[in-house]
Amino acid sequence: MAGGGILIVLYLIALFAGFIAPYRFDDLNTDYSFHPPIWPKLQGFHFVVPRYEPGSGTFVYRLVPNDTKPLHFFVHGDNYKLFGFIPATIHLFGTGDPHHPVYLLGTDQFGRDVLSRLLYGSEISLSIGIIGILLSFTFGMIIGGISGYFSGWTDTIIMRLCELIMSIPALYLIISLRNTFPPSMSSTQVYAMIIIILSFIGWAGMARVIRGMTLSLREQQFVLAARSLGQSHLKIIVRHILPNTFSYVIVAATLSVPYYILGEVVLSFLGVGIQEPNASWGNMLTAAQNTEYLQNYPWLLAPGAAIFITVLAFNFLGDGLRDAADTKSL
Amino acid sequence: MNLLEIKNLKMDFGKNAGALRAIDDVSFTIGAGETVCLVGESGCGKTVTALSIGKLVPTPPAHYVGGEILLNGQDVLQMSNDQLRNIRGGVVSYVFQEPGASLNPVFRVGNQIRESLKLHRPEKANNEEIIRLLKLVGIPAPESRIRNYPFELSGGMQQRVMIAMALASEPKLLVADEPTTALDVTIQAQILELLSELKQRLGMAILLITHNLGIVGDMADRVAVMYAGQIAELAPAQELLRRPLHPYTKALMASVPKLRGDADRLSAIPGNVPRIGNFPPGCRFAPRCVIARPECSKEIPRLIEVEAGRWVRCPFWQAS
Repeated sequence: MAGGGILIVLYLIALFAGFIAPYRFDDLNTDYSFHPPIWPKLQGFHFVVPRYEPGSGTFVYRLVPNDTKPLHFFVHGDNYKLFGFIPATIHLFGTGDPHHPVYLLGTDQFGRDVLSRLLYGSEISLSIGIIGILLSFTFGMIIGGISGYFSGWTDTIIMRLCELIMSIPALYLIISLRNTFPPSMSSTQVYAMIIIILSFIGWAGMARVIRGMTLSLREQQFVLAARSLGQSHLKIIVRHILPNTFSYVIVAATLSVPYYILGEVVLSFLGVGIQEPNASWGNMLTAAQNTEYLQNYPWLLAPGAAIFITVLAFNFLGDGLRDAADTKSL
Repeated sequence: MNLLEIKNLKMDFGKNAGALRAIDDVSFTIGAGETVCLVGESGCGKTVTALSIGKLVPTPPAHYVGGEILLNGQDVLQMSNDQLRNIRGGVVSYVFQEPGASLNPVFRVGNQIRESLKLHRPEKANNEEIIRLLKLVGIPAPESRIRNYPFELSGGMQQRVMIAMALASEPKLLVADEPTTALDVTIQAQILELLSELKQRLGMAILLITHNLGIVGDMADRVAVMYAGQIAELAPAQELLRRPLHPYTKALMASVPKLRGDADRLSAIPGNVPRIGNFPPGCRFAPRCVIARPECSKEIPRLIEVEAGRWVRCPFWQAS
């Protein structure tokens, strides 16, 4: 269940991204491109932030001796919107001086703070997983429930459709679906499009499993009992059959979230997902494609570490939930 | 007019060449407030006959090939889906054999009763009514039971909840399909007592399916004995128990263990119930019948009224 704890922390961070991030995701500081991470030092009871200045070569920085600024907490900074609608200017930490920046994870090519972008990116990358799962599992459960409950030709048509979707290699399907959308879209549209594309691919597998479970559940006597009370087919599916699949669905959903997060990463990595200057873990990794960059500026891999931790946490949580839900295997 | 009138009901499982006749020419009636017992061995068609009243047997595989089921004078087999949903619960309610399996394991019992109320008496879908129903079926501390899940209740309590669900819609006819088979004997007696008490109080008719002849004597006004998809004998309960006429009924009665007497072995009917689709020609009981004659295998005997209210499907009923 440690996975669950990590995920709660991650999602809380994503929720308060604007507050925790010292800068905005699109805060350019071209004087400071590929700036290495700056770590505040403890001096007495205060943290102080040392200052680097550009050196003689390109992207070479040298420490300016004795030029430090105290690190303030709850400092006034850029405007942002908390939870997307509460305007605020207070940030968790910062120096309060634009000429004396604090880059905990360094900067990228354009001198943007990697930590801030990572935090703003987590809003997108983490929420895509959850929303995508909600969408595709809801759809998959209803379709699978209908398919299994009515069986016959309804079942045949729906299942062949599922197989059709599942038989196309996912990556090609993603890219060809992407091409059905116009290339230039606002970031919100792109976000919605990614969710729709990933859900469109994801529902089929869910529908097949739910259909199988429904086939056995519909023979249960409580379904007959509900019918004998005059309950309608749709309500029997939604109220009586599907809730009995929840113990499986919750585990499956938890284990599937990583695929959605990785799906977004893939799309953004390929350049058809979230577009610059908006940040997502996928398009941040795009910057880390170059081996030369990797060698010299390893902090660009930070989103990779974030993805790694998230995916692992979801898998641990899923395994834990499965053990908790499955009383048969001890 | 009778509440329920089943006339020459014929139902097949499967179609054309593969059709297996599960119900063959079954007719009986239930008057308002009457208790009728349907007795017979496993697989003789009791349950499908009972489910047919609400047209609850899935079609396909079932096909109704003849006859009619008149509920309040309307043929159930001709009804639209909306009409069917109205009579299910509204006119006829069911209580099934396995109370544990009939309740949805993931819902609190209060909500399951509420579902029944919402469907048929939406104005009464409140906690007071649910508590009243639970009290009616004799559940102690109903206020706290409302929030229990089915698995937190004992088998007897679960069956009482099922009965409360069935009664919630105030049906005219309660079909109880072996309601006590899964319960132990003391609980069995309590549930049966509850059913007869409710029947008195609410004035509803009961169709009780059982293979326990002991129950018949306690509960039934009339009895229909089924064998291999047909009614073998139909008679007032007390008369049937006192003086069975059909050889099958006689054999059944003889196999009930007696408290007195010194028999070493229980008497059993020789042979097995013929498998559906594999019925012998003529009288289906003939191969196991002690009074069978060669002509018994020639044609299926008709159900004849031998005395007022007593019907027997055996031309030689006076023989033994």
